[in-house]
Amino acid sequence: MSVPSISLRRQSSGAAFRGGAFYALLVFSVTIGFVLLVTLLVDVFIKGVPYLDGVLFFDPPSAIPERAGARPAILGTIFLMGLLLVMAVPIGVGTALYLEEYASRDAWYNRLLDLNIQNLAAVPSIVYGILGLAFLVRGLGLGRVTLAGAMILTLLVLPIVIVASREAIRAVPDSIRQGAYALGATQWQVIRRQVLPAAIPGIATGSILALARAIGETAPLILVGALTYVAFNPTLTGPFTALPIQIYQWIARPQEEFRLLAAAAIIVLLAILLTMNAFAIWLRNRYQRRW
Amino acid sequence: MHMTESAPVRIASVNPQTLFETRQGDRPTGETLFSVSDLKVSYTGVPALEGVSLDIYRNNVTAFIGPSGCGKSTFIRCFNRMNDLIPTAQVEGHISYHGVDLYGPEVDPVEVRKRIGMVFQKPNPFPKSIYDNIAFGPRILRMQGSLDERVEQGLRRAALWDEVKDRLKESALSLSGGQQQRLCIARCLAVEPDVILMDEPASALDPISTTAIEDLMHELKRNYTIVIVTHNMQQAARVADMTAFFSVKVSDDGKRRTGILVEYDETPTIFTKPADKRTEDYVTGRFG
Repeated sequence: MSVPSISLRRQSSGAAFRGGAFYALLVFSVTIGFVLLVTLLVDVFIKGVPYLDGVLFFDPPSAIPERAGARPAILGTIFLMGLLLVMAVPIGVGTALYLEEYASRDAWYNRLLDLNIQNLAAVPSIVYGILGLAFLVRGLGLGRVTLAGAMILTLLVLPIVIVASREAIRAVPDSIRQGAYALGATQWQVIRRQVLPAAIPGIATGSILALARAIGETAPLILVGALTYVAFNPTLTGPFTALPIQIYQWIARPQEEFRLLAAAAIIVLLAILLTMNAFAIWLRNRYQRRW
Repeated sequence: MHMTESAPVRIASVNPQTLFETRQGDRPTGETLFSVSDLKVSYTGVPALEGVSLDIYRNNVTAFIGPSGCGKSTFIRCFNRMNDLIPTAQVEGHISYHGVDLYGPEVDPVEVRKRIGMVFQKPNPFPKSIYDNIAFGPRILRMQGSLDERVEQGLRRAALWDEVKDRLKESALSLSGGQQQRLCIARCLAVEPDVILMDEPASALDPISTTAIEDLMHELKRNYTIVIVTHNMQQAARVADMTAFFSVKVSDDGKRRTGILVEYDETPTIFTKPADKRTEDYVTGRFG
């Protein structure tokens, strides 16, 4: 008996070529994004690092580059974040709890609410800025103050917080709720003692990411009147500025030194952002649950 | 083989013939705890179970058996009003507990569930420590006395104490499936219920864990009334004093499948001398 001769060699070179070409295209796409980002970061770091000094952190802005710092802007950003945390998170989690645990899914008003939240997440931030200017600054007469800025950022990130919280709440298995109900727990006890504790890691992660998005926002803050030159520390009901505004203002200046200063401020902003994101990732991994 | 005047009618079915033909067993020990009459449960208007009438006796193990889709899980969830949590579910008919209408307008489902505990098909420990799982019930119900003692007592009664006493602070999710289910039973016992409903408590467990749960039921029925849904006929034969056989009635056009109670009697009768042909077919393995 003779062994039939078979060929295991590649029959068609066309398919192999197309596969290879597709792979090359994918690598090219990844490279473009990566190279651009790295170039940007390296450029910012080379320019900014020499200006990362005490003056930047502790001095107010000045017309003289050597004396110009970003203290009011850094404090303003921290202030905004704090206000955002106490406003956006409770309202967002409350809305999410209502929609997931209490609302009847078939009621038209709840469906409308749901649809609106989805849409609000896609509204450009400048539109929120206009709303803030018309409604908060002028309508309510708050003026161009920190509180108005924080309120408009709250509106901006609320849909993100709500969506993230809803997902975290929905991820709590129903069997947990049933187990608690079967022991004679009321709905509030089930939510307070089982659903919320189990959802908190997800809620915290989503909220931090939402906050991180908010602190990079410039457009709505410009519209509600964040000043570009604030030489004093921000207060709740006083004029304010924030890091993105300060960066924007420095870059617009003709002197080269101010642009380098702007690069240093960008490093500070990036550091805050990355710290927050890292914290969010740490939280997520630390409390990841397997049901 | 007689029935006294006061004896409750234990045999029920949508088939009136069954009612008369069924052999009447001796009156079981224990008083009537639940009395169900003409119960019907619908989901979004479609009946899942109808025409069920039976009595459940105190300190007995009562088993509901039957093929998938016969509504036995739906039925057991009526006893602690868990069906209330499903917005589309509607319960009609009458269930009384100690003579009180369970679905009466003044009845709070939360109060019902404090007295009538439930163990689910899939072990569902809370994502907390073993200790906190047991302590959850006593805490929310603000029960008096030492929490540590309650936790220990609950775990002892559920025959789990020796296995977990050195790791009460560990996550309940680290336990094996069988241990988790006994934890859920312990959690249920810690609130000192009157009745324990078990919805296929051993179906997700290995044979050794199943035996442990069954032994536990024999232990527990001295102090509690147990109602169990099971797919497993041998299990019903081993643990139950009374057994109800449910089946599915298919409408003439074949579109609607509704659960019905076929026969209810003492367990040996159901398994050796069933009155209804359908019960006989099921327990001898010719159907289902």
